[in-house]
Formats: sequence, structure tokens, C-alpha cells
Amino acid sequence: MAVFTTNHVRISGISAAVPSRTESNLDYDYISEAERKLLVKTTGILNRHIAAEGQTVTDLGEIAGNKLIDHLGWNRNEVDLLVLVTQSRDYFLPSSAVLLQERLKLSHNCAAFDIGLGCSGYVYAMSTAMAMMQNGGLRKAIVIAGDISSYGTSRTDKSTYPLFGDAVTATALEYDTAALPVHFNLQSDGSGAEAIIIHDGSLRHPPTPESYILHEHEPGIVRARRHLWLNGLDVFSFSVREAPANIMQLCAQSSVPLEKHDWLVMHQANMLMNETIRKKLKFLPEKTPYSLNDFGNTSSASIPLTIVTKCSEAATAPQRWMLAGFGVGLSWGSMSISTHGFVCMPVIEV
Amino acid sequence: MPSVQELITKIEHEIEELPQGVLQPDTSFRQLPEWSSMHALIIIALAETEYNVTLSGNDLRSCNTVNDLHQIIESRKG
Repeated sequence: MAVFTTNHVRISGISAAVPSRTESNLDYDYISEAERKLLVKTTGILNRHIAAEGQTVTDLGEIAGNKLIDHLGWNRNEVDLLVLVTQSRDYFLPSSAVLLQERLKLSHNCAAFDIGLGCSGYVYAMSTAMAMMQNGGLRKAIVIAGDISSYGTSRTDKSTYPLFGDAVTATALEYDTAALPVHFNLQSDGSGAEAIIIHDGSLRHPPTPESYILHEHEPGIVRARRHLWLNGLDVFSFSVREAPANIMQLCAQSSVPLEKHDWLVMHQANMLMNETIRKKLKFLPEKTPYSLNDFGNTSSASIPLTIVTKCSEAATAPQRWMLAGFGVGLSWGSMSISTHGFVCMPVIEV
Repeated sequence: MPSVQELITKIEHEIEELPQGVLQPDTSFRQLPEWSSMHALIIIALAETEYNVTLSGNDLRSCNTVNDLHQIIESRKG
């Protein structure tokens, strides 16, 4: 069971960068006006930020990371660790984290690597960084999280295209013996891999001309094998079943009841799904922020993006947070963390 | 034990696009012109929050009528 605790690491700040180009789901004319209204009402997603052609995670991550490091006044030579969680790397190889080490002007003594996860990725990356730092050997770290999801969606697939937005965040972590313990509960189920998948483009199914040919799977769902496939019903069912159970198990094991948390910040999947999870947990709506309306589902960036856009004022004071990610893999996890004031930078549009 | 009529009332409450009275116990709800894939998600959410019953995608796909849906929910209730 991957329920564990890390010590002596605090969050010092979070920043986020998004592409300046936006799309409104009310303008998504591939579906009828009535469908658009139902889509926005059900998912809570109105606007999404969409990357320009060639704009990548490292482009946004460099800006988010540099702004945060500069704002905190960190000496770049003191950053010992860079963890990047993404499913949209610049290249097949090398790792994008190593590209970012150079672009953020970090030293050669900085460990840098990628983690390949999506919706659950922020919680996994934070657990990895905090576990590496907790003994004090590594003093400062940057966790970069995000995806250019728009690259993978077909505009003629109403089940994916209007849901996803692009964003990348940076989170600064520091070794601090006064920081309170952070509790994690991480889970995975590869039997659900087909629920959210891009079939072609890697080694199992290398890209061929067929990978790019659009097929109609059902009315309104026209996509190619290189595109993101999403089984919305199965993902919905999985999320409302497993996410609350994971969170309650973490609360029980860590002896910190959910009601002791000031905030429940979930991966921003869609409003109906997230609200179902919140209601099952009997958690207060005013303590459950959403950034879906302005950004859509932004993969591993969604939790920190929601914090910087909806909780920036509160974050300056002591708070206890329950953060939970769930989705592609299938992979899911939660973390319970106390903070004593950290910087939330305004979202940067690039 | 909630009746099928109670389930219909809850579905009508959640899905504003369905005119009142259209849903009957033997209605093949997925064949209705107003039906959308979004409504399937709303029904899963309803079963979860109102009855504490988790419906899978296959459950929804195997249901033809409201009666079918009611039977699945009844069989899973604790």
C-alpha cells in the first residue's frame, strides 16, 4: 500500500504559464448551440487556453519556473532537483526535464528527470520530490507540471476537444525542519489503460499513415489513432468510485479528518464529476475551488493552477490542503499538506 | 425502497432538457431525441449521490429502459 508520509519540506511558491490564445466552448460550432450550452453547464468549462503551433511544455515551464525563481530570489546554483511531470515531452528523447535544467540556468549539480503521468501527476511528482528532499541532502527543488493536451485532441471529437486546455505550473519546494509532515496515498490500475489513451505514435504502435486517418466512431466522435481516445463513462465511473475512497483512506491512515482541511483541491476534470466526488465526501462547496471555467482540464497542472487562481490570498496564511488527482493510467492519488504561507504568482500568458 | 417513479422524478429534475412526462418506466431513454452522452454522466452522478450506487459505463450501455436502470440500482443498494 503506497500510503506514506514525508517530513521537513515546505512549499515556498507556485506559478503558472498558459498560452495567450483562448477558445470558448460557446464558439465550438462542430456541435449544435443546444449541445454547447449543455456541455458548458455540465462540464463547467467555458474557456480553454490553446498552445500556438510549436509551443511546448518546456517553453511554458521555462517562463513559469524563471518567474518563480526570480520572485523568490533563489540562487540558481542552490536548486538541487528539477522534477517535470508531463505526457507531452518535446522529444522522444532526451527528457524534457534535462532541457529545462539548461533553460532555467540551473547548475550541473541539479538532478533532473521526467515523470510520465497526467491527471494524477502533480501528487506523484510532489511525493517524489518531497521524499528525495526530506533528509536534507537536497535543499531546494522545482516541480514543473503540465501538458500541451491540445496537440492530442481531434476537433471533430466532441468527447475530448472541448474539455482540455494547455497549462504548465512551477512549484518551489524547500527543506525546512519546521515544515509539518505531508501524507500521501498513491494508487494505480493498468487494466483501465484503454479508458484514456493515445494509441499510435510510440513503440507499441509506431506512427504510420493510417495513424492520421480520421474515422467516425459514433456521431460527433471523429478521430484518428494518433488522437486522444476517452471513454467518458468509464472514467467518470472510476473517478467517482476511487477518488473519494482514496481520500478517506488517507484521512484514516494519517488521523487527519477531512473536515480539518481548509481546502479540497481536485484535479479539474469536469464540474459534474468533481461535484459528485465532493458531495460523496460531504465537503463544503465554498472550500472546493474550481478553475475549470477559465482553463478546462489542464492535466497535471490543474491542481496548482487552481490554487494560484482561486486561493492565492488564503495561501499567504497557514492552511491545510487536501489535493487529489485521478485519471489517465488509470492512476490516482491524494496528499494532505499543511502550509505556512507561500507565494502564488499571477498566471502568466505567453 | 425507491420506486421507479421516484427515479424518474429525480432524472427529470437533473436533466432539464427532458420535458416532464416523456420518461416512462418502459421508455428507451437513450433513443429519445433529446438524449445526449452528457445525460449518461448525469445519471451516473445521480446514482452515486442519491443512492450511493456506482454505475459503470457497461451498466449504462446495457440499460434500455428506465426499468432496467431502476433494477440495477435496486440490486446494488446496500
